[in-house]
Amino acid sequence: MKADFGVRCAGAEPIIYELSKPGRMASTLPALDVPQAELPPAAMLRDEVDLPEVDELSLVRHYVRLSQLNWAIDIGYYPLGSCTMKYNPKVNESAARLPGFALTHPYQDPHTVQGNLMLMFELQEMLKEIAGFAGVSLQPSAGAHGELTGVLLMRAYHVDRGDTKRNRIIVPDSAHGTNPATTNMAGLEVVEVPSDERGNVDLDALRTVCGETVCGLMLTNPNTLGLFEEQLPEILDLIHGCGGLVYGDGANLNAIMGIVKPGELGFDVMHFNLHKTFSTPHGGGGPGSGPVGVSEALAPFLPGPIVELCHCAEAGCDCGYEDIDDIDVDSELYYHLVMPEKSIGRVKSFYGNFGVLVRAYTYIRTLGAVGLRTASEMAVLNANYLKSRVKDVFPISHDRIHMHEFVAKGIIPDAPDVHALDIAKRLIDYGFHPPTNYFPLIVPEALMIEPTETENKETLDAFADALRAIRDEALTDPEVLHEAPHTAPVRRLDEVRAARQPILRWQPE
Amino acid sequence: MSYVPHTEADRAEMLSAIGVERVEDLFDDVPAACRFPELNLPEPLSEMEIMAELQALSEENLDLGHFTSFLGAGSYQHYVPRIVDHVISRSEFYTAYTPYQPEISQGTLQSIFEYQSMVCALTGMEVANASHYDGATSTAEAVIMTLNVGRGKRKKVILSPAVHPEYRAVVRTYTQGMGLEIVGDDGPLPTSGQGPTAGIDDLTALLDKDTACLIVQSPNFFGEIEDLEGLAETVHAVKAMLVVVADPISLGLLKPPGDYGADIVVGEGHALGNGLNFGGPYLGFFACREKDVRKSAGRLVGQTVDTEGRRGFVLTLSTREQHIRRERTTSNICTNQALCALATAVHLAALGKRGLRQLAELCYHKAHYAAERIARLDGYKVIAGKPFFKEFVVRCPAAVKEINDYLLYEWGIIGGYDLGRAYPHLDNHMLVCVTEVISREEIDALADALAEAGKEVAS
Repeated sequence: MKADFGVRCAGAEPIIYELSKPGRMASTLPALDVPQAELPPAAMLRDEVDLPEVDELSLVRHYVRLSQLNWAIDIGYYPLGSCTMKYNPKVNESAARLPGFALTHPYQDPHTVQGNLMLMFELQEMLKEIAGFAGVSLQPSAGAHGELTGVLLMRAYHVDRGDTKRNRIIVPDSAHGTNPATTNMAGLEVVEVPSDERGNVDLDALRTVCGETVCGLMLTNPNTLGLFEEQLPEILDLIHGCGGLVYGDGANLNAIMGIVKPGELGFDVMHFNLHKTFSTPHGGGGPGSGPVGVSEALAPFLPGPIVELCHCAEAGCDCGYEDIDDIDVDSELYYHLVMPEKSIGRVKSFYGNFGVLVRAYTYIRTLGAVGLRTASEMAVLNANYLKSRVKDVFPISHDRIHMHEFVAKGIIPDAPDVHALDIAKRLIDYGFHPPTNYFPLIVPEALMIEPTETENKETLDAFADALRAIRDEALTDPEVLHEAPHTAPVRRLDEVRAARQPILRWQPE
Repeated sequence: MSYVPHTEADRAEMLSAIGVERVEDLFDDVPAACRFPELNLPEPLSEMEIMAELQALSEENLDLGHFTSFLGAGSYQHYVPRIVDHVISRSEFYTAYTPYQPEISQGTLQSIFEYQSMVCALTGMEVANASHYDGATSTAEAVIMTLNVGRGKRKKVILSPAVHPEYRAVVRTYTQGMGLEIVGDDGPLPTSGQGPTAGIDDLTALLDKDTACLIVQSPNFFGEIEDLEGLAETVHAVKAMLVVVADPISLGLLKPPGDYGADIVVGEGHALGNGLNFGGPYLGFFACREKDVRKSAGRLVGQTVDTEGRRGFVLTLSTREQHIRRERTTSNICTNQALCALATAVHLAALGKRGLRQLAELCYHKAHYAAERIARLDGYKVIAGKPFFKEFVVRCPAAVKEINDYLLYEWGIIGGYDLGRAYPHLDNHMLVCVTEVISREEIDALADALAEAGKEVAS
């Protein structure tokens, strides 16, 4: 199987500005139906904005052609480790576009948006149930945003207790780069701990850094090697024993829905990636959504507002809404936006990426408890099956049962010049998106492979066959790998040049 | 329904290849006491059932398809051309990941490059990134960038009280561990007379050698166009940076902040291409000077060539980013709001230079017509000390809440934003927003409704 990019894309697509011709326009606006007012003083006005001028058909063709230069889940297999590129169900898209949701303004009176607030409340409740937490805020917009929220929560918890010396966050060396970056952003210090030979956090090393200045530990579990921490209770005890908190990076929740609840294990705070685990589309890099779940002790610090079902008086709502016809007054309970008592504050404007929340809600309601557990089980089954097909082609980082992903080493002893990058790029010619490469940093030539549950056995087999074929090519014709991809719209791009002589916008010649 | 394709035979074959008997055996590493908990969730629904339920739930809202609304305050109803949703509904765009493999992500990369180019044109700046989560977070990232430029030594941030209250809140949340002094919006504010807020002079008086940045918004939260000519020079005199929060649609008409010396221009971009969506997903645009780009956060797409010399695009300057620098970076940004930025770019390209100007003028003239109608009403006063764009402040004869209830339940009109929510001294003040989607008849109806409400509610 070969990708057919080259056939579909005969030539590069011009930049939109290169299609521009003065006088063209691709939209119409209504005529002015009120008298003209006097414009502000000329000194406050501009001449014209340098935007492209194109007709509607040219605009449509431009973006359709650009879309054809992309790889996407709906085109083919996308086993990008740590990214959970599962199928994005179409019903979710329709749900988010329902006008009753899409055409609501965030500052409408809460009594006029009870449908939205109920959906958010129910989603909060379902996420709490899935992960075993006491509170959830839907406000963070992405995983990294949820992480920042989580670290600020841990910090606020200690500061509120008058425990102001806790300025260190422990981060395993297998962690996503966002963990240390987030720590720095929160004004805290990073302490890195190594992994042991089985891919777990090194307990002895962890013990030596525990102490009264530890704010918390950031732990991805299953970790980025795709392994479930074998000594998790001991890790949690160590951190809690020294007064610290444990943050769970929920990037890999897709392995454990209905399998185990992080909150029950003892995690104090965790972010969810709705765009991974709960199937909302990645959009080419956003929008995502990164709600945060917390234990009882941390709930008062959540960013807000969050949605509560309560009497108006409790929410400080001054409506007096007995006299509204289309709202159910019998229950007297309404959904309200409430700021938690000791909130760290807002992390974004308004209430979260609502359109993404609708999609995730739809997904969870479609799967139910059984479906979520099946999704996780099959994600893990797929990863272990694919590993069984790959392990005699490329060595696997650790010989254990994996969770939803595994890390192979792109090392071919008899072709030492071939690197993980070459293998990744060659996979494109075989019609596959490459795995994540060079991450996690602790595995040399890492190829991090996450099949997800929505791929069938035939696809996994074909992918394994491609890896085998590429390994064989490396032995006979390594150049074909070094020069890959051969069939993509462009060949390998000069990233050094892009960084040294940055061209970051279009300018006329 | 789990969207899982496996047959029973597939499962059996795969388990056997792995060498385990049952799926459950794959989870032996999970502590037994907590393994396989019950999830108390609603029963799964078919597609038909969930759509019916959501349709009903969505209809419990009063939506702006059915009610005329004069709400703005950072979230704006503009008409989004149909082409936008067609483009962003192409699953080649929306089911792609962040473009880490540039050879098969040129569609996303080029569309972001084009977005960056258009944002530079709008703002009059040299560099724009691929976007942030929203206007509030791009403002917070701007503040952090000015701290970086000041090498962490400058700890004072001056925030205009006329910057969106939620943006100011997010700046405080983001920087709570950084030991900053945030001033400017913490003192008493004059009530009325010239305008709803303090002047720019009150802010410049706070500038000193410890100041990292001064942040203003124009049009400000009250809709007023600030006269910022010369402000950059004053700010630069103490080597601080000027951050301007702008409304992108206003930039079809108003002088871009780059022209009067702003160092960073940010704002909320959702009004272009993204609709209301109850406050998200939105996108924050972010533009700065070329000399400062290495201190900025956020994804950047750059132009380069492939091995055959053909033009192509890549994520670039990524040595600033978390996956390379880890704890040495000052931002943890991974993604942008790529699909939202795509929608913005398509909307901008559909408008073109003439369309954006026309759109901005429609908003301007309609808002002024509304202000003029309301100014003539008994008991109401339009408070505008400065020129305004598409929003203006109205002092009402009764609590805004009561007026708005009357408008909604007697007239089916969603009134303006209650400024008392964020500015206690502006009790009884309403922020009215008028965009191109509002017709003259609807403005006239608002004026009539306000007149009636004034009599009914205030009496």
